[in-house]
Amino acid sequence: MAHRLATGGRRIDRSRRLGFSFDGQSLEGVQGDTLASALMANGQVLMGRSFKYHRPRGPVTAGHEEPNALVGLGQGGRFEPNARATTTPLHEGLRAQSQNRWPSLKFDVGAVNAKLSRFLPAGFYYKTFLWPASFWHKVYEPIIRQSAGLGRPPEGSDADRYEHFYHHNDVTIVGGGVAGLARALSEAQDGKRVLLIDQDDRWGGRALTDGMRDGATIDGQSAETWVADAVARLETMENVTLRLNLQGTGVYDHGWMTAYERISDHRPGTEGPRHRLWKIRTGHIVTATGAIERPLAFAGNDLPGVMLASAMRDFLDDFGVAVGSKVVVVTNNDDAYRTALALHEAGVTVRAVVDARTSVTGALPGQVRDAGIEIVTGSGVKATGDQVVRSVELCAIGGDGTSKGRISCDAVAMSGGWSPVPHLWSHCGGKLLWDDARAFFYPDANRPPLGADGGAMVSAEGAAAGDLTLSALTQGPEEAPMRPVWIMPEKAGPELRTKMFLDYQNDVKVSDIQLAAREGFISVEHAKRYTTLGMATDQGKLSNINGLAVLADARGEPIPTVGTTTFRPPFTPISMGSIAGEARGEIFQPLRRTPIHAWHEENGADFEPVGQWRRPYCYLRPGEDRHSAVKREVLNVRSNVGLLDASTLGKIVVKGPDAGKFLDLVYTNMMSTLKVGRCRYGLMCSENGFLIDDGVVARLSEDSYLCHTTTGGADRIHAHLEEFLQTEWWDLQVYTANVTEQWAQIAVVGPNARKVLEKLGGMDLSKDALPFMAWAEGALAGIPARVFRISFSGELSYEVAVPANQGRALWDKLLEAGAEFDIQPYGTEGLHVLRAEKGFIMIGDESDGTVIPQDLGLNWAISKKKDDFIGKRGQERSHMTDPDRWRLVGLETLDGSVLPDGAYVVDEGENANGQRNMQGRVTSTYYSPTLDRGIAMALVRRGPERMGEVLEIPGTDGRSYKARICDPVFYDKEGVRQDV
Amino acid sequence: MLRLHCPNCGVDCDETELSAGGEAHLTRFGPGSEDDDFESYLFMRKNPKGVHFERWRHVMGCGKWFHAARNTVSLRVYGTYPAQVTAPPEALLAEIDAVEPGWRNKEEA
Amino acid sequence: MSDLATPLNGRRAVGYVTVSEDAPRGMISLRGDLSDGGIAEAVRAVTGANLPEPLGLTAGEAGQVAWMSPDELLLFVAPNQTTDALTGLRSRLEGVHHLALDVTDMRAAFRLEGRGVREVLAKVTPVDMQTLAPDTVRRTRLAQVAGAVWLSDEETAHVVCFSSVGTYVFDVLATSAAPGGEVGVF
Repeated sequence: MAHRLATGGRRIDRSRRLGFSFDGQSLEGVQGDTLASALMANGQVLMGRSFKYHRPRGPVTAGHEEPNALVGLGQGGRFEPNARATTTPLHEGLRAQSQNRWPSLKFDVGAVNAKLSRFLPAGFYYKTFLWPASFWHKVYEPIIRQSAGLGRPPEGSDADRYEHFYHHNDVTIVGGGVAGLARALSEAQDGKRVLLIDQDDRWGGRALTDGMRDGATIDGQSAETWVADAVARLETMENVTLRLNLQGTGVYDHGWMTAYERISDHRPGTEGPRHRLWKIRTGHIVTATGAIERPLAFAGNDLPGVMLASAMRDFLDDFGVAVGSKVVVVTNNDDAYRTALALHEAGVTVRAVVDARTSVTGALPGQVRDAGIEIVTGSGVKATGDQVVRSVELCAIGGDGTSKGRISCDAVAMSGGWSPVPHLWSHCGGKLLWDDARAFFYPDANRPPLGADGGAMVSAEGAAAGDLTLSALTQGPEEAPMRPVWIMPEKAGPELRTKMFLDYQNDVKVSDIQLAAREGFISVEHAKRYTTLGMATDQGKLSNINGLAVLADARGEPIPTVGTTTFRPPFTPISMGSIAGEARGEIFQPLRRTPIHAWHEENGADFEPVGQWRRPYCYLRPGEDRHSAVKREVLNVRSNVGLLDASTLGKIVVKGPDAGKFLDLVYTNMMSTLKVGRCRYGLMCSENGFLIDDGVVARLSEDSYLCHTTTGGADRIHAHLEEFLQTEWWDLQVYTANVTEQWAQIAVVGPNARKVLEKLGGMDLSKDALPFMAWAEGALAGIPARVFRISFSGELSYEVAVPANQGRALWDKLLEAGAEFDIQPYGTEGLHVLRAEKGFIMIGDESDGTVIPQDLGLNWAISKKKDDFIGKRGQERSHMTDPDRWRLVGLETLDGSVLPDGAYVVDEGENANGQRNMQGRVTSTYYSPTLDRGIAMALVRRGPERMGEVLEIPGTDGRSYKARICDPVFYDKEGVRQDV
Repeated sequence: MLRLHCPNCGVDCDETELSAGGEAHLTRFGPGSEDDDFESYLFMRKNPKGVHFERWRHVMGCGKWFHAARNTVSLRVYGTYPAQVTAPPEALLAEIDAVEPGWRNKEEA
Repeated sequence: MSDLATPLNGRRAVGYVTVSEDAPRGMISLRGDLSDGGIAEAVRAVTGANLPEPLGLTAGEAGQVAWMSPDELLLFVAPNQTTDALTGLRSRLEGVHHLALDVTDMRAAFRLEGRGVREVLAKVTPVDMQTLAPDTVRRTRLAQVAGAVWLSDEETAHVVCFSSVGTYVFDVLATSAAPGGEVGVF
């Protein structure tokens, strides 16, 4: 049984006891424990159930590569599923729950899947849920949903905060073992800015355990002394940053790296961020990420208590925890003998070392023999047990599994050899080589990932480079060659192969890979997807090589021919919060506010997003809904006076000797002839001829213009102008500036607009002094202002622009001056209704990126005198001049109802898909308070030639609407109201 | 995540500070041009596997456009240069010749 | 409201770095050919400052000048001097192709104070904040929006952004400067 030994444990402080709970049971661990070590100290090796068969599972590793011991941690806003017990630091009050079991971990109903495993082979889903199609939605989907997923998702909002951190340096070294530390010292001595990081909470890597056990020396010092000394030296160097609990998670182009820092997982609820995602831009990346031990594929290798040999000695050395009291070691190499020795020295009974090799002669096995431990050579095992391993049966390694005897035990340490960790090397294209003798892939230094300068961007050091013994630095014991073992025993029959687990987390067995190969999924990428090998959250850190080897064997080809699957970031799963960083809640995305935003908020504004702006859709008064508020606002503008915050309108200054010439090129109409002090409506098109924006241009002076754009268009249009100025017509002498936010702009609209403004005083706003489509500069109520007599409603209208910081003051003064007229603010919906009643187009409604101005009857705004403007050539193409194009008309329903938004106008007949043919679509549709009926604009084939025709427009409500084609100008066709 | 040197302000830009502008050195065809020429100007792009000349704008910085010569496979950057030219500088082409022999033939093929 | 209003009315957040809206300053955008001696002369006349090198910031008795791009400068002057400075520039640059505009109201400006200013900014911008020299102006990305950043000394940083996103930038900076978020590497 797993237990804590009386002494030992390099990481723990036995004097500091920590209370925690697992599945509601109160337990105790000590400071320095991981959840896994603390549970095993309490005799609990069973920690979870597997994903597919619900098999009982315990930890198989002691670190980040753990596939089995996944738990749900915390509760409420701090609940996290699928946390690895082996890397979860224990803290007082930690609450953990086992996963994938019901009703309890010990008794799990889903485990029936294991009994059915012969009916749940690789590709089960693809083979089973095929037909009949009527079953997909009602039968199969509920079944799949019920059984899908690992752990349960957290509910509610995450209680923690997260952040990003950008770091720049010359060299980033990932892994603070001996190799990483040595490289850091040499880089730092060359004067480079060095960042050295390690995912663990201590420096030294395996040197502190295995190096000390072997009595290895580095530069004549013990491993521990050397590590402490190296860290101390690095800490004094100003050009070095050392960082623990920071995992290199991804390598990307041009020296870009991400690293994941766990800050407060072990002290939840403290102030500060929980995780920090480092975004590192570095000159060179060094992967000193060590190696990971491989499991052996024998039947029953997933039973709790069966563990990697290195993990078992780590639990012993680091936490003083013995995984069992009677241990069998199964290996194909010398390294696992370290575990036998460690257990023996700690007083744990080692029943035997079972070695696949027929001849075992190395120094470490010699020590084991000297200790009186039996070594069984040329053999393999099959493990049996229930919720923990109970015994192993011995068999000949080259045989079919016939039992040669049984050894009872309560833990098995296994070692199939070690593989360098190649993930970071491979993320950005680094290639691997196969080492046949040691049976692993390692970085090919001649084919590294390349950087912006064409040179190597990544290099590997130490074990990660394939130098598993650090022979250059340490003088550890000589190790005899290992014997690659991919299936134990080698001639195992189907019965055994269905119990040999390759991918623990996804329950992929040797038999599944072989089945995939038989069924033709012989490409490694296909076999992976068909069987899900390596696709679990541990991304195959343990299963990769064994799975490839089994596939290679099934194909009868060497392993390097089969190749590896693709390594992708992140190295281990990272929190979604760390990816989002600070971007959540109020600062999830930038929200743009006008200078008058606060007033809107305080006065019932019902906001709608317009790009990143928030604009009032309407202002709700007590008892009003949106419809009645919009109706009130529109009628008030038509009969009285309304106020609109138009600050979001784009404003671009264009100045220079060639400003007029330039604007003639970017607008479809002629702007160079505009008189100073006057305004002109203009259209902009793309080179494709399509309408991209519209707005009023005011000529400020002989050589400068102010171009208004749509609210969403300011940045886009400014960029469009700059692009042509910088990259096409760079000989033109023109400067532009996007001054959208310098000005607060308020539209004062309605028959009483002039009266309100005149009360403010300071400017002559009479028809003679400031006629329609003119502008003037002055001061209103003492605030410097530009007043534009332009109208998007058809009413008498002034748009007043003042410096933004005085926008709120002007707004307040207008409300005050307008009080006697019952002035009312109106929102964007009112604006839309007012313009639609007048047949004015709206970019994004009447235009959609496929509409040319000619479609909208705007030929009057397209100059015929100009040789060139952006879009002119595009509009000359045959399709653009096709008389059958859909063109703008008004629509009035026969019964006065409001047409559905976006509805299509159907034509006679059907297309090849059995759908009704189309002849147009509704672009804008509103209830018009002014006319008290529905009005709409639509693009209809040859529309303007078909006045009076009645069209059929099906809605999504099952109704079909009948509407008559009419002039799109529904109100004040002569335009007299705006020109008073 | 690319990093490109902005020749206008001298900053080594993070890709998130830039906006991509597609193939460089297109010839604009306006009114009166042939359909084929206009089509090629508006729609036809090289998309090579290898050396590529492209336009970038330092949008989160100085706001200026520049050109970059870059390998679309290895992501090697041969150089960046001002936007106000109609062809890559000769010196840069010579440098690319040195490290990617035969790339011009590939481009023609 | 007075002329001296600022978009955030002087908001302030105290974390391990203090983030506060800067005192009002007049800002003038000047575009022109910076190699034209007339521009340098006009700038010196209204600010007392020399033309900055690329990415530089210079100061004179009546204002500061920040380099924004090869053909753009941003001038900082006393808030009540903006109109005069603008008029001064325009009259001195008569006949020289240029664009000079008052952009005071379209900007929000923040001051960060404390030992951790470099690292607080390193949470929101891809600029190498460890090596950024004082009086070097970087226009860059601040979380999700554009802005400019510079240090005036080791413990004082300045941030300028568009006023419509002033609240966003302030909140992002205040969050980054909140206690417990110390990184401790610079």
